Amino acid sequence: MTTFTDPQAAAPAETRAGGSGRVPEQRRRTFGQWFRHKGWRHVVGVVTTLFAVFPLLYVLSAALNSNGTMAGSNVLFSRFDTGNFEALFSNPSRPFGRWFMNTMIIGVVTSAATVFLGALAAYAFSRMRFKGRRVSLLSLLILQMFPQLLAVVAIFLLLNAITDVVPWLGLGSQLGLIMVYLGGALGVNTYLMYGFFNTVPKSLDEAARIDGASHVQVFFTIILPLVTPILAVVGLLAFIGLSSEFVIASVVLTDPESQTLAVGLYSYVAQQRSENWGVFAAGAVLAAVPVMALFLFLQKYITTGLVSGSVKG
Amino acid sequence: MLTTAPPGPAATRPTKPAVRSDSTLGLLAKIVLLGLVDAFAVYVLITLFLQEKWVILLVGAAVTVLINWIYLRRGGLPAKYLAPGIFFLVVFQVFVMIYSGYVAFTNYGDGHNSTKADAVNAIQLSAQQRVPDSPAYRVSVLEADGVFHLLATDPDGGVSVGTTGVPLEEADDAVTDGTGKGMELEGYRTLQFGEVLANQADILAITVPFSDDPEDGSLKTSDGSNAYVYRPALSYDETTSTFTDLETGTTYSDTGEGSFRSADGEQLSTGWKINVGFDNFVKAFTDPNIRGPLLQVVLWTFTFAIVSVLSTFALGLFLANAFNLPDLRGKRIYRILMILPYAFPAFLAGLVWSGLLNPEFGFVNNTFFGGADIPWLTDPLLAKISVLVVNLWLGFPYMFLVCTGALQSLPEEVTEAARMDGATAWRTFTAIKLPLLLVSVAPLLIASFAFNFNNFNVIYMLTDGGPRFSGTTANIGHTDILITMVYEIAFGTGVGRDYGLASALSIIIFLIVAVISALSFRQTKALEDIN
Repeated sequence: MTTFTDPQAAAPAETRAGGSGRVPEQRRRTFGQWFRHKGWRHVVGVVTTLFAVFPLLYVLSAALNSNGTMAGSNVLFSRFDTGNFEALFSNPSRPFGRWFMNTMIIGVVTSAATVFLGALAAYAFSRMRFKGRRVSLLSLLILQMFPQLLAVVAIFLLLNAITDVVPWLGLGSQLGLIMVYLGGALGVNTYLMYGFFNTVPKSLDEAARIDGASHVQVFFTIILPLVTPILAVVGLLAFIGLSSEFVIASVVLTDPESQTLAVGLYSYVAQQRSENWGVFAAGAVLAAVPVMALFLFLQKYITTGLVSGSVKG
Repeated sequence: MLTTAPPGPAATRPTKPAVRSDSTLGLLAKIVLLGLVDAFAVYVLITLFLQEKWVILLVGAAVTVLINWIYLRRGGLPAKYLAPGIFFLVVFQVFVMIYSGYVAFTNYGDGHNSTKADAVNAIQLSAQQRVPDSPAYRVSVLEADGVFHLLATDPDGGVSVGTTGVPLEEADDAVTDGTGKGMELEGYRTLQFGEVLANQADILAITVPFSDDPEDGSLKTSDGSNAYVYRPALSYDETTSTFTDLETGTTYSDTGEGSFRSADGEQLSTGWKINVGFDNFVKAFTDPNIRGPLLQVVLWTFTFAIVSVLSTFALGLFLANAFNLPDLRGKRIYRILMILPYAFPAFLAGLVWSGLLNPEFGFVNNTFFGGADIPWLTDPLLAKISVLVVNLWLGFPYMFLVCTGALQSLPEEVTEAARMDGATAWRTFTAIKLPLLLVSVAPLLIASFAFNFNNFNVIYMLTDGGPRFSGTTANIGHTDILITMVYEIAFGTGVGRDYGLASALSIIIFLIVAVISALSFRQTKALEDIN
């Protein structure tokens, strides 16, 4: 039980498993009973794990095999060397290092701003009562059904027009891309945060207000520290989502120097998939590692976030 | 909507002590931030003024005033917190959707980018022809601020200077050589022969107009030392709005469809943007080049989304059940390994799987199928199956996590009671747990459907929509879903970009998603009533 520490969960699980073959004494079980009770679960576990993991092992093995082509990567872990990684960083027309930094910068800035904007809105929705509050919440819920990529053509044309007025915010600009991404900052995030903000008792901020704290102080010093888990969840989900975003980034960022990993790595294999395979695999490993590490590290927050989202959303 | 709402009593009451206790730091931060925003706004507004974009200028000014009003007045606390997020939401989500709606009713795209006046100008400039037997102008190539100019000496000895977009201007103070040819001019640097060679392409592209009227012709050089007079091959008549080919006499007239066309149907390549009403929608459903593929794509989009949700949910639920046993050894390991695909970036997954499934060199064919040549990504049916399997790989861990959480939050009394009544495990599951589970997971299933309906990355990275449909010129294939088709039509390399048609298809997706979410949210309410 890595993610759920609810001790009561044990009981229904037991009933499910023991429904047909309940065994009073564990010691006297035969293999057949063990298999019916637990063994098949291990079979399922091993098979599923293999299905889940083999593509990842494959790409790791290809990355460490400087043979380079796709055909040469089919025997897993037949060679270990770092030739692909060296090739990855020494190609000036495909600046992997820049892509990596671009992705990190765009991802971190956008997700931090997303968390902040979402938290501001969630604070207003959770702690204040105003005309149009319900309508606004509902509009957010409806708007988030329509992802931005549906309007990618209009986003492109809008940025094209912005280029004429403020060139450093238009097409080809990372700041412009961040602005576009912030269009999706409210929506589902506000909803997740709103639910969580509501779980913080109002009496806490009322007490602080009586002590003379301003609404800004309440927000920064009382509420935000108490809702850190949901801020982490939202920020992380935003970062993970952004690091995979291809459509809008590919339309906005045209210059290889300014591109993100998603756009750059796609171009790596778009034309000749099999020749560049080893170098691409090395890039894929490096691109995936930070995201996966973050994900696993904060897995607990994410899963609870997903579930509370499912119950409240 | 929010910003104009008068503050309710609950909002104003706490504001009073807040104003008193606002620290100087807070006030300072507010002034600095608002000052920065205003400085930027003024900069943008001045630029707009200089470019004479009046409508945007007015809207921009109104927004600036609104922002200042929100933050400088005393009440209206909610608006202060909501304004930043809503600003971006309105511009980059709401406005762009409305704008898509507008573009869907135009012919915006390659060859229809701008206004009619721009198109006329562009046609005149692009169709230049050397005036037969015209005298040669001797030229020197000058450079100023990185822009190349031509210093032209006309046959009568007059010297003038100009460059693309800047009409010829007399330059009497130019330094001339022994033959009277202008060589140097103050403020400019004369290029040496080697430099002329090195910048050949840029220099050949210089078109110096004689005046602001393109009809007067222009000077072009082919070698950097002599230039000749060029005139538009097409002459524009403003009163009849027609172009006449000076050589053949063919007339191209404005057809009302955003381009000039001759009587026998020949069309000038540069057109302009006009409103075309429902033409894009009509085209989508009648043009044989689009209609057939579109119907298949719509059908496949639904199939893909529905099967993806069902398969990931089924596998996720099955696994959640299998591992919902507290004393199962190795559960932690299984769980961590199984959610790895969910942590792996989706665009990379598509690319990696496209390698795994490569028919010739791929791991799957060579290792699992002993070198067989199975066309996983190039056979229409197999490609669809591959896309679904890869999406299952990507999506089942999420469903596994969600179902585990939902299963564990089910009240134990219910299952206990069922067992007391002698229900089998299977029956307990189907009759008790599943319905209860669906109540909490149904919104997530709908969200998952909506997500997969527009799951661009998997399709684009894995198959790029291929294998291509036969019988259409557009680069659309058997595994394309609507959103990849939109991308292909708007930004693809196959045929010219057609923003109008792409936006029309976006609007269709928009409507489908709207209808489905409306219907299913009703359904969810019904599910909640059961609980």
